[in-house]
Amino acid sequence: MPKLTSVRDLEELRREILSERGGEDPNRLWIAICAGTGCLALGAGRVIDAFKAELEKRGLAEAIEIKETGCPGFCEKGTIVVVNPAGICYLQVRPEDVPEIVEETIQKGRLVDRLLYEDPITAEKAIYEDQIPFYKHQMRLLIKDNIKINPKNIDDYIALGGYRALAEVLSGMSPDEVIEVIKRSHLRGRGGGGFPTGVKWEATRSASGQPKYIIINCDEGDPGAFMDRALMEGNPHSVLEGLIIGAYAIGSSQGYIYVRMEYPLAVENSLLALEQAREYGLLGKDILGSGFDFDVRLHRGAGAFVSGESTALMNALEGKVGEPRPKYVHTSQSGVWNRPSCLNNVETLANIPLIINSGADWFCSIGTERSKGTKIFSLVGKVNNTGLVEVPMGMSLNDIIFKIGGGIPGGKRIKGAQTGGPSGGVIPEEYLDTAIDFDELTNLGSMMGSGSIIVLDEDTCAIDLARYFVDFLCDESCGKCVPCREGLRRMREILNGIVSGKGEEGDLDKLEEIARLMRAASLCALGRTAVNPFLSTLNHFRDEYEAHIREKRCPALVCKPLVSYFIQPEVCIGCRLCQKSCPRAAISGEEKEASVIDQSLCTRCGVCLDVCPPKIRAITKTSGKSSDSHSSGMRNANSGSSHKASRGDRS
Amino acid sequence: MVDREKVLEIIEGYRGQDGILIQLLLDLQAEFNWIPREAISIVSEQLRVPKSQIYRIASFYKAMSLCPVGRHSIQVCMGTACQVRGAQKVLDLTGSRLMIKPGETTHDMSFSLRRVNCLGCCAMGPVIVVDKDYHGNVTAEGVDRIIERYD
Repeated sequence: MPKLTSVRDLEELRREILSERGGEDPNRLWIAICAGTGCLALGAGRVIDAFKAELEKRGLAEAIEIKETGCPGFCEKGTIVVVNPAGICYLQVRPEDVPEIVEETIQKGRLVDRLLYEDPITAEKAIYEDQIPFYKHQMRLLIKDNIKINPKNIDDYIALGGYRALAEVLSGMSPDEVIEVIKRSHLRGRGGGGFPTGVKWEATRSASGQPKYIIINCDEGDPGAFMDRALMEGNPHSVLEGLIIGAYAIGSSQGYIYVRMEYPLAVENSLLALEQAREYGLLGKDILGSGFDFDVRLHRGAGAFVSGESTALMNALEGKVGEPRPKYVHTSQSGVWNRPSCLNNVETLANIPLIINSGADWFCSIGTERSKGTKIFSLVGKVNNTGLVEVPMGMSLNDIIFKIGGGIPGGKRIKGAQTGGPSGGVIPEEYLDTAIDFDELTNLGSMMGSGSIIVLDEDTCAIDLARYFVDFLCDESCGKCVPCREGLRRMREILNGIVSGKGEEGDLDKLEEIARLMRAASLCALGRTAVNPFLSTLNHFRDEYEAHIREKRCPALVCKPLVSYFIQPEVCIGCRLCQKSCPRAAISGEEKEASVIDQSLCTRCGVCLDVCPPKIRAITKTSGKSSDSHSSGMRNANSGSSHKASRGDRS
Repeated sequence: MVDREKVLEIIEGYRGQDGILIQLLLDLQAEFNWIPREAISIVSEQLRVPKSQIYRIASFYKAMSLCPVGRHSIQVCMGTACQVRGAQKVLDLTGSRLMIKPGETTHDMSFSLRRVNCLGCCAMGPVIVVDKDYHGNVTAEGVDRIIERYD
């Protein structure tokens, strides 16, 4: 493929691609199949193979294109198949459904009803994406193209108008003008900090020293967040285009993509994107004949959460251990190899082409007063529709969880939502109505972070969750500064004590003191924000902490050492399923007689409760003083918490 | 014994570039499934980097292993979404089934068990990844079935 040496070449190429693809024929059939990590894990690979084989068998392989696309976000319902040009959206497609889709929809033009989305309440079917509530209430600017393009083929991106923003920038805008547009758009960094992107670019541009570096941060370490993965995997060129524009604006000739290696597909697709962009001359010397030189290298992270911190990431790029360094001088002045460096998040950069194409005013018309544009959230945890949702800033968590997420599975009650990953906090039910943006979330004691929303139901223990994050950060703390290293360890010790029934009066005061110190004295943001999960849960769920410490009771029945399992003798039918699955052989009893759990052997793994047939539900789980005196049946649970074996809390 | 030629070939691919030590060690890890002592000696000698610096990196990152690992690697995702859906139970059961703790390898070198922080497929949590295969919505009974498949 010849290199593109001018903006005209790019437009020419776009026309060629479109005409080659029968741009004039709007009836051309093609099938989009999500091949993102989520769907692949659910078996999308086999669905793709089945389609190829079926089309081959029917002699349609030539006429109908199969596109392996990026992730459209509705991971709960994978594998997702969209039959175009009509846009018929089939969900949870399995290989055995494929012949029917080909025969009915492709050949006869009829719908396969059972694969369409069905509203759980009205049982109404939805044919197209935009009729499905999960999509209907979103505003999909960044991830809308994921289901239309094959991320491994640059032509797909170009066909949809890709690199037009870059062409506009290189052919008619000065770097200062680009920075001005981004500043006017009030775009704020999507990686968590929310720092204005235009200001960051300006600072790097005006810093002295050459060369300058610009870096994509795709070290998405927050557990439960995967929007950067979806963009980098599903539409890498949109991010790359943003990067090249950024490089032009700040005057950089060398860029980096930093991807965590837990995302192998994102690594693969990014490398391909770089190669293809280079072939077309969209990277390299004299890009589109503008005289601007820029190239990009990919760096894989090697499994360290702290390496997503800006200075740590820059250390890693230099081949050193990815630990933070003190920020006496901002990285825009002195970053990688002590040169001016600009680090931008994946989602931030994906916004850049949109802003250039549609203008800062358009961008400002979306969102709240101080947070503009959309934000992709990953909606996970105890929610019906897990997946990626892109909404305008300012939507309430309630709307996201109930209108888009479809509420809580198993008829359970919502307890709250955790946002911002390990640096964020828990927002209890009563505040879920707040319109969320960068500042509102901070006001609530949490933060935007990279945008994970982990929905918690009544079966989630606030203390166990705080302990989980402290434990996570304890493992991930690099150990360079004392407040973070020692503070987290002591917090972990105390919290582990509380969840195992060894909590003492005064524990909470100690934890608060440690938290104050860590917040004031840690070297980097990991340590300074590590206390948020604890402080926010203490703030909103102090009574639960007190129940653990004073009554040795876990109200949510989660903390293992504080719960016990009992078999109700009058309910048990003696099927002995629980006996067979108990890993410690702690359950005994004859067939057709009630089984009994030997509490001294029981490890509280809960397998018995999982396997007890839903019709029987003979096993109870309790916590609190009442459980101590029982040896077999648990007939009433007045003073303790208890609930019957409940199914369906994992749909 | 480590294939010296292979190590040299990997080093050659990065010749003349700055800041490549982590990338190079990742490649060695991918090639040998761990980073053998001899390989570290060769890298140290070829790149004129102190061994201490290489060990520092190799011991810092989770993706690198300084001891041999089993034929099959089992990763249990401990991301928040999996966590609230019962990942701890899945990890405990996997460990007790294999009779090892996370970070260990079975005596017959068939399995290594590792905790991993969020693989980004939260819709199907709890998730276990064996080698390159993802298994989602893992239940207590599911653990046995998955392990048996690779035995």
